Amino acid sequence: MTMNATAPASARGAASDPPEPDRADTAPGGAPRRGIPRPKATPARRASVFLTAHPRVRLGFLLAAPLFWLGLVYVVALAALLVTAFWSVNSFTGEITTEWTLDNIITVLTGSLYQTVTFRTIGVALLVTIIDVALALPIAFYMAKVASPRARRLLVIAVLMPLWASYLVKAYAWRSVLSQDGILEWVLAPFGLHTPGYGLPATVITLSYLWLPYVILPIFAGLERVPDSLLEASADLGGKTWPTIRHVVLPMALPAIIAGTIFSFSLSLGDYITVNIVGGASQMLGNLVYTNVGAANNLPLAAAIALIPIAIIFGYLALVRRTGALDNL
Amino acid sequence: MTDPQPAIRLTGLTKEFGAVTAVDHVDLEIAAGEFFSMLGPSGSGKTTVLRLIAGFEQPTGGTIELFGDDVTKRAPFDRDVNTVFQDYALFPHMSVLENVAYGLRVRGIGRRERIERARRALASVRLEQMGDRKPSQLSGGQRQRVALARATVVQPKVLLLDEPLGALDLKLREQMQVELKEIQRELGITFIFVTHDQEEALTLSDRVAVFNNGRIEQLGTPAELYERPGSRFVADFVGTSNLFDDAVSRELLGRGGVHSVRPEKMAVGSGETGADVRNAPGTVVETIYLGSGIRLVVDLDAGVRVSVLEQNDRNRVHDDERGDRVVVSWHDDDVVALGGADAASAPAA
Repeated sequence: MTMNATAPASARGAASDPPEPDRADTAPGGAPRRGIPRPKATPARRASVFLTAHPRVRLGFLLAAPLFWLGLVYVVALAALLVTAFWSVNSFTGEITTEWTLDNIITVLTGSLYQTVTFRTIGVALLVTIIDVALALPIAFYMAKVASPRARRLLVIAVLMPLWASYLVKAYAWRSVLSQDGILEWVLAPFGLHTPGYGLPATVITLSYLWLPYVILPIFAGLERVPDSLLEASADLGGKTWPTIRHVVLPMALPAIIAGTIFSFSLSLGDYITVNIVGGASQMLGNLVYTNVGAANNLPLAAAIALIPIAIIFGYLALVRRTGALDNL
Repeated sequence: MTDPQPAIRLTGLTKEFGAVTAVDHVDLEIAAGEFFSMLGPSGSGKTTVLRLIAGFEQPTGGTIELFGDDVTKRAPFDRDVNTVFQDYALFPHMSVLENVAYGLRVRGIGRRERIERARRALASVRLEQMGDRKPSQLSGGQRQRVALARATVVQPKVLLLDEPLGALDLKLREQMQVELKEIQRELGITFIFVTHDQEEALTLSDRVAVFNNGRIEQLGTPAELYERPGSRFVADFVGTSNLFDDAVSRELLGRGGVHSVRPEKMAVGSGETGADVRNAPGTVVETIYLGSGIRLVVDLDAGVRVSVLEQNDRNRVHDDERGDRVVVSWHDDDVVALGGADAASAPAA
């Protein structure tokens, strides 16, 4: 170490000495060079030097907090949920017995109530996803490819704005809009139409509204990454609007669209508040979980029901993976 | 240029972006089968003219005719011109073969025929083995050739090339220049080539339009542009020029106005005499060894710094160094007059 430390110093001295007279006539003095002080060895500087030399320690500092969060709070909570699903409740005392049983799983898989609600929930989630993608694609395309930079910024803010308001407030706002004497009825009445009232259609409408920003933003980001020159190249080669969309825009935006659908689909699967507020008497999986945790005091059954959306999402991701849409993520 | 109907005719073509006039009343005729270059610094309007011809931009004024047809208002997919983009713009999710076949596919040509034709186009750029690859698996030069095959497979009347060699390294660029020229000769179609590289424009083109501030500064063959630049801008932009302003011209040439002499037309210590030989004493500031030649930078006593290019051949005897006193000489007929002092210096300022 000492050898190495001294050798460059002497080499530097030897190298800088001879040209000194030569430099003197072009830049006399050379004082500005000497005027820059060496950085002081403060504790922060010493820590930086240590971290620079020890990449593993550096990585540890970077990832400690998020790994702690992911490991303990996220994975452990999820594992606890899984485990609970295999326990049962003593119907007499209401206490949880920690004996392993498949009863809850069998109940959930075979009970006609659970089957009906599962299919209803999947239907709602699919419908919400389709509506959101249909609405988000043109808006996202306009934002990414047509609008001026200024209009784009305004639109991004406009899309994000609903997220500033509470979920509950928005759900109740739709309850008022959809009510029998609400705005929707007032608007539709002259055309001989009526508000759908509370029920599954109202749930679909409200959920579509709630999750729309989560679908627009990834698709917008995805389309923004598609270079304009690709659209120009398509037109240049003879591609009119529809072939360009079908062969160039959609395939390139597919990973982003999938990302958006994962949001709207999974958020819809797990929702229970909206369906409570505007869903009338209809129930979704989230409601069943809620009643079993609360009124029925059957946490193991609730956990078993909660496994259904998790399983569905895993199925959906596997399906998406097979299309190859995740390869480009 | 015997064809009475030009491939492209631009009349009063103007494009304004807000307050900026990118293209300013450009009139231009490009003959069928010509290799035509639009040369200029960035922001000179050359690329905008190309995009107007392709149809990616709508002009603010003027018309674009393609073989006599007014195509000014037509969409890009309705024009018989194709573009090779600066970034190649290959579709990343398609294979190389699918990329080349794209133009045939959207024209509704059957699968078997379009694959056959795309294969032939790929073979013509020597990439027949690469059809199944994705563009991301190709090198820059290969992508360039795919872009070329994709644009030519639909048999356009005019091919537009937007700085297509800009992203390639020097060796590859020189190789692609030769290939481009060959392909153009084989296809016999009009090439309109946009570049900021004056050497490339001179090498490749039948004719060159030099753009500056949205206008055509000068139009002519490479030799005309190089030997007889019409303005100070062209003399400076196309090749290297030693420019003499009004005062220096009076002292060295005995007449007013702005003049230019190419570095290779000057010699150091040639000892030549004669009625048309001009000699000017000066001091060597720098000698730059170029391999095939040697560039001497000399401060003439008349108050101008000139660059002299000497061939590094067996006749070369002088080894002038920094600080040496030398005599720079040139012939009077190698001096190009660039107009009066006021006329020439006004646009440059």
